Amino acid sequence: MTIADAGPAPLESPGARRPWARLAVVAVIGLAMLYGAFFLYQIAQPLFGAILLAVATGFVVIFGANRFYGARFIFPGVAAVLVFIAFPVAYTIWLGFTNYSSFNLLSYERTIEVLTSRGTVDPATEQPFAVAPDGDGYRIWLPESELLSEPVTLAAEEEAVTLAPGTAPLELLSPRDAIKLRAGLQSLTLTTPDEIDLRNAGLRTFASVTPDYVRTGESELTRSADGLKLTANHETGFFETPEGEAVPPGWRVAVGFDNFERILESKGVRGPMLSIFAWTFAFAALSVLGVFTVGLTLAVILQWEHLRFKTLYRILLILPYAVPGFISILVFRGLFNQNFGEINMILEALFGLRPDWFTDGNLARVMILFVNIWLGYPYMMLLAMGFLQAVPQDHKKAAALEGASSLRVFFTITLPQIIPPFLPLLIAAFAFNFNNLVLILLLTRGGPDIPGTVIPAGETDILASFTYRLAFQDSGQQFGLAGAITLLIFLVVAAISYANFVAMRRAAQKRSGR
Amino acid sequence: MIVERPRDLRIKKIAAHGFMLGFLVLILFPFFMIVSISFREGNFATGALWPENPTLEHWYLAFGLDYTRADGTVVSPPYPVLLWMWNSIKIGLIASAGVLALSTISAYAFSRIRIRGKQGMLDGLFLIQMFPTTLALVAIFAIFDALGEVSPTLGINSHAALILVYLSQITLHIWTIKGYFDSVDTALDKAAEIDGATPWQTFRYIFLPLAVPIMAVVFVLSFIGVINDYPIASVLIRSEDKMTLAVGSRLYLNEFKYLWGDFAAAAILSGLPITVVFLIAQRYLVSGLSDGAVKG
Repeated sequence: MTIADAGPAPLESPGARRPWARLAVVAVIGLAMLYGAFFLYQIAQPLFGAILLAVATGFVVIFGANRFYGARFIFPGVAAVLVFIAFPVAYTIWLGFTNYSSFNLLSYERTIEVLTSRGTVDPATEQPFAVAPDGDGYRIWLPESELLSEPVTLAAEEEAVTLAPGTAPLELLSPRDAIKLRAGLQSLTLTTPDEIDLRNAGLRTFASVTPDYVRTGESELTRSADGLKLTANHETGFFETPEGEAVPPGWRVAVGFDNFERILESKGVRGPMLSIFAWTFAFAALSVLGVFTVGLTLAVILQWEHLRFKTLYRILLILPYAVPGFISILVFRGLFNQNFGEINMILEALFGLRPDWFTDGNLARVMILFVNIWLGYPYMMLLAMGFLQAVPQDHKKAAALEGASSLRVFFTITLPQIIPPFLPLLIAAFAFNFNNLVLILLLTRGGPDIPGTVIPAGETDILASFTYRLAFQDSGQQFGLAGAITLLIFLVVAAISYANFVAMRRAAQKRSGR
Repeated sequence: MIVERPRDLRIKKIAAHGFMLGFLVLILFPFFMIVSISFREGNFATGALWPENPTLEHWYLAFGLDYTRADGTVVSPPYPVLLWMWNSIKIGLIASAGVLALSTISAYAFSRIRIRGKQGMLDGLFLIQMFPTTLALVAIFAIFDALGEVSPTLGINSHAALILVYLSQITLHIWTIKGYFDSVDTALDKAAEIDGATPWQTFRYIFLPLAVPIMAVVFVLSFIGVINDYPIASVLIRSEDKMTLAVGSRLYLNEFKYLWGDFAAAAILSGLPITVVFLIAQRYLVSGLSDGAVKG
């Protein structure tokens, strides 16, 4: 951090004694960032350029002017939160309004480049080549037609030279070294004595290549084969024939609410979405209920004054929390395996059962809940032990003297006292499980699949894993649609987050009021 | 509770221990199983829960060594477990150091520096900390895909990209450390101020030394958070030699290449050190957790 760099001077404010030194450092860093922003803008990444520019401006203002001294401490954290959290979140939402997917992956310029670089190779002219070093440059040797080119630089810029009959050069580069010059070879045009242009057609051959598309206007391409004109459609992000037939690849364009309409109106999407939505809530709620009940029960038993070996029990009970989660989940994935898993082996030996943990939706859900409670109860137990200690003993004693049973004491005295401080943590646990991607991805990957859906959706998919699958697995990188669903998740999370905020405020007020 | 008859107490004690032991058997079953499997022959072996012909094959492979079976066939390690471990540890250490630096200074600022709009920023921070980074995966992929065209060291399949994403953990930890700083007596900073210390010096010479325990907690928590991440690393890392443990381990249990025994040994090898660190730190972790969460 810059603040740390600013001064070893131990008992003096950094910069107070040497303001010019500080200003110089700030100016150098600011200029470097400014240059970076300009560079990003030049290579067609204006968005990143703008972000870097904003960070640079904030940095120079806050660290340059003395009146913002206090803000210097807040700047790194706030900048990090804005750049690393707020920006990706906003960008995800924006992507939900675009058609970004494997079909519309590129920028407009890149799309034109890709289309115009496509060519049809004339097999009659295709022939192998070799590269011969020649002073600082190279010559291309075509052994089949015994033609040797003029010297070329192969510096990855467009080059056009002629070929003339010649004799084989003494020294030729090995194919491996020739491949290193690929970029230069690809931008090279060789003209034969009979006026045919040859271009690099593969790793080892040159041939006459006719481009499939030629750019004939600002937003127009002409297809060489039939002279058909294709125009750019900025609504759909494709070049289209006059009949409206799209030619892939396309580029990214904003499509407004199309993705949201798909979610709400397409039956093949809406059906599985509803069931996934319901399961996500059920999963999060049941997980929290499960870990809270198990954790609290264990904590109550561990608090019992007559129990021995408390420390040993405690250490063993928190083991599931101590082992890295991804390892435990994968262990369970193996243990629950339907064919070779140890759990089915034991169940078969004892009861003759072989449950289909991974192919039956309901059993898969039971398995997920079991694993999640196994993973999560120790945390709740540890928290509960802390809160239980804070419950005054004399209340319990008084109730017991009045003749209340221990169960009654627990439910009427203890529980009401620990619920308020516990509530924010339970809400946070709910939010955590609502987006518990690691568990679902490592245990079931959302499977088994719901039959008859347009897009792959699983019976155990939660919203977050569903978007993960849409974007990064088997269904063609539908980033736009995934972004749209993420916006729905954001709305839910924002509501939970706000609920937590209110609960926290209440808990804080209660404590200070006591 | 207060007056208990000895007979009742005895029954209760037996019931409590019985429940605990039964529960522990259920809970610890996976640990016993995985140890047993790691010494079992083959990768599909069904049958005995206790290995009949214990073998060190899976352990050799986990340590990246070739293993020669009794019949002379040589088995090579399927995956570079130690390399994955090193990747995970390296990324975890660097990212946690960054998280620690950023969140400590921010926590001090939020706890002590008087600045306009602080309450608003705090509320915003509290709301935003509930949004896990994994939700913005699509954007993260798109961002680093584009950055990769600027420089491959910041693109997809680079550790630097992964570390940058993990820095987003700070929100939660700012909260934890701030809770700790809030409990420090304000008389301390008053005294420092009277002696002429600037806020930076108060931070450097008073708060930083005081915060060492909570910083250790945050470092361990952040480290474990990084090690445990699967979604982000699975999206950003493509090649096998750059994978972290969490992404790599999943390859073992692929439907088409199921290496149950090899996985067991690799899982114990990689899980044990982290588990030990956690058990040592857990006493401090829990107080840090509940303090950070409750002190608003």
